[in-house]
Amino acid sequence: MLKKRIIPCLDIKNGRTVKGINFVNIRDAGDPVELGALYAREGADELVFLDITATHEGRKTFVELVRDIARHLNIPFTVGGGISSVEDVTPLLQAGADKVSVNSSAVRRPELIDELVDAFGSQCIVVAIDARLKDGVWTVFTHGGREPTDKELFAWAREVEKRGAGEILFTSMNHDGTKNGFAVDALKELSEQVQIPVIASGGAGSMDHFKEVFENDSADAALAASIFHFKEIGIGELKDYLKNNNIAVR
Amino acid sequence: MNLALVKYNAGNTQSVLFALERLGITAQLTNDADELMAADKVIFPGVGEAGNTMKHLKSLGLDVILPSLKQPFLGICLGMQLMCRHSEEGDTECLGIFDLDVRRFVPRNHEKVPHMGWNDLSVADHPLLRDLSDPHMYFVHSYYVPESKHSLASAEYIHPFCAVINKDNFYAVQFHPEKSGAQGQKLLENFIGL
Repeated sequence: MLKKRIIPCLDIKNGRTVKGINFVNIRDAGDPVELGALYAREGADELVFLDITATHEGRKTFVELVRDIARHLNIPFTVGGGISSVEDVTPLLQAGADKVSVNSSAVRRPELIDELVDAFGSQCIVVAIDARLKDGVWTVFTHGGREPTDKELFAWAREVEKRGAGEILFTSMNHDGTKNGFAVDALKELSEQVQIPVIASGGAGSMDHFKEVFENDSADAALAASIFHFKEIGIGELKDYLKNNNIAVR
Repeated sequence: MNLALVKYNAGNTQSVLFALERLGITAQLTNDADELMAADKVIFPGVGEAGNTMKHLKSLGLDVILPSLKQPFLGICLGMQLMCRHSEEGDTECLGIFDLDVRRFVPRNHEKVPHMGWNDLSVADHPLLRDLSDPHMYFVHSYYVPESKHSLASAEYIHPFCAVINKDNFYAVQFHPEKSGAQGQKLLENFIGL
């Protein structure tokens, strides 16, 4: 049976993880390779590394880092942040990344998705969508949730699928950071409207929230950052909890 | 151990090289006929689209060389599909090592395609698959090889399909051992030991 996936997300700035504290069993929690390897050992199914560096030098550091991650990690990982062309993706995949995620640049120029799919195949193109619910409408935002767009979540998700994306990573801005649970209703709707896998993001605060989002197939995978980095939930105990609640996990 | 990795426009070459490196093996990346024939083992990686990839293999003459190889040979993911006779992806004539036809997943109950993530294997008793306790591997694919007499392991998504096939010296896996944690690493180690 296909397993539901748990995906820790690491923010990277100038080659270092931004969040993450108090890991007693690794030497350097700021080292993305060490932290990634720890998560892999604990049972993470995939990892996401988001480069939030803005500078050109930072980008080069990131490609080197991706190579280092691929050398040491034996589970799949996605990289994202600042990708806006085929030329941006080539060095990342060549360095050993399995998938790349695009967000703002795909909203600005949707043809980018087609170009990436043609060049690298659907399986490695993840489209990340940030959206906020207001007055009954889910509006897509870009630039880390700062800029509203004229796109509506479900219509944009269907377009993204039609253009060949392999997966959708949906972050509810209403839920992100609240620790009150994922946007289960919107995720369920999204999962029914598209035929490609959906990753839930934003709102995880307890193990029960993961159970809730996987029940009724609201999502195929769930992503979280701070609750893992701050050790509020251990990946091993989360997997055990889900197993005990009859959710298929590895 | 002289292990050759077939050099062509496959997407996951670097990941396979790194996985072998973790096992202490420096593979030779080559599409030279003499070098491929001289290798002890050959791995044929693959991520991408069948039609374009077959064209590329033909332009390198690999469509003739690969089926003629005699040493243990392991195809991965698209590599497995290209070792079959035909693929529905781009209506592509493939290498024909296995007399099997590759089909596209058709959802029955809103299952997502691609089949993406970790899934269980039912494995036969075979040296390639030994010492895999609770075998599960990482899959990413939209096309599959239907169950056949060549199967060494099967997995289930929408319906059962071939996860590992074998004929003579040719082995192929639908999942990505290079990305399947300790179990994937064990399978690669088993292949090297064949």
